[in-house]
Amino acid sequence: MDIKNVIIIGSGPAGYTAGIYTGRAQLSPLLIAGGEPGGQLITTTTVENWPGEDDGILGAALMQNMERQAKKYGTEIVADRVTEVDVTSRPFTVKTASTTYQTHSIIIATGASARWLGVPGENELKGRGISACATCDGFFFRDKHVVVVGGGDAALEEATYLTRYASKVTIVVRKDVLSASKPMIERAEKNEKISFIWNSQVKEFQGTQTLERVVLTNSQTQEETVVDAQGCFVAIGHKPNTELFAGKIELDAVGYIVHQCGSMETSVPGIFACGDVTDHSYRQAITASGTGCMAAIDCERFLAKND
Amino acid sequence: MELTSENFDSVVLQADRPVLVDFWAPWCGPCQVMGPLVEELEAEMSEAVFGKVNVDEQPDLARQFNILSIPTFLIFKGGQVLEQFSGSMSKEALKDKITKLL
Repeated sequence: MDIKNVIIIGSGPAGYTAGIYTGRAQLSPLLIAGGEPGGQLITTTTVENWPGEDDGILGAALMQNMERQAKKYGTEIVADRVTEVDVTSRPFTVKTASTTYQTHSIIIATGASARWLGVPGENELKGRGISACATCDGFFFRDKHVVVVGGGDAALEEATYLTRYASKVTIVVRKDVLSASKPMIERAEKNEKISFIWNSQVKEFQGTQTLERVVLTNSQTQEETVVDAQGCFVAIGHKPNTELFAGKIELDAVGYIVHQCGSMETSVPGIFACGDVTDHSYRQAITASGTGCMAAIDCERFLAKND
Repeated sequence: MELTSENFDSVVLQADRPVLVDFWAPWCGPCQVMGPLVEELEAEMSEAVFGKVNVDEQPDLARQFNILSIPTFLIFKGGQVLEQFSGSMSKEALKDKITKLL
């Protein structure tokens, strides 16, 4: 099999933007879409802050446009998932379940995935009342009571969205204060269907075929409360998808990929990273896209120098 | 193929091969991502049958199978549900789930 110039791992705004730029640079990039094709924007509603889309645009529509644009400029997109990488020497090896590729450079755009609680009952009841996608699943909870776990913008956005369907939404917050932005907090507080349970964590999910109850522990008093709910949406944040690179590329203390100073290159020459997989602070679609472009330009310069 | 309450029995329950049923809706992002991948698998795998249920248009079917999340995939064999899973995934991961039950 021929050696690729560049393989892009990931299909969110970072990955597709890197595809557009490396494609236009005539590098014939290969993009491996991964286990959550389209990335985090697929599960949002309207993206209101994408510059240029002043009427807002559906997350899924924005990603479809990016995919089309990447393909237009010559990005080959594969609907598979990377299982292993070998970066000990160039050309690097990138493996999926079905194929092994060799490549002169890699752009990592694997993003971040929703964190789960890891409590009893959670795995068994995922898709049966427990969800991480309010826009997909809110529909099934018309006139029911749902719980949202989390205290940030994602949790409040999900809760507010869910009030379109649910009769009641209870937000379970670990501390006694929300970490969300002011506009989101105001919107949630004004909503009559939303109430809060503070200083609490989920101990367990219960239900036979589907979710029936959420057991909470108060972190200060250790008191247990049982909440009857048919739906629970977990929105406690994201973790960077860097398991593939542990021990191979430098990661920081919380698992994000570290950059060289002033560049998108990682600790391994020829490997670049962009988007949420490297970013603790901003984590916006537009910053992901911006760093995707930067990684592509750094990659193109690297390949020209190392031909 | 579009599944409805009318054709579900003959197409799915009485099929001579495993059937992957994709419960979806047009307004669901991950469903839009999975749709083309399911179509690609259908073209590649004649050993299985592929059908989809629009939960907006077929609420009875959604209720019958207790669907609380989309996309949800059910794999039927001999009229029984052998596997159920939800969410988006790579095409290979989905293909794996079907191949295991062939």
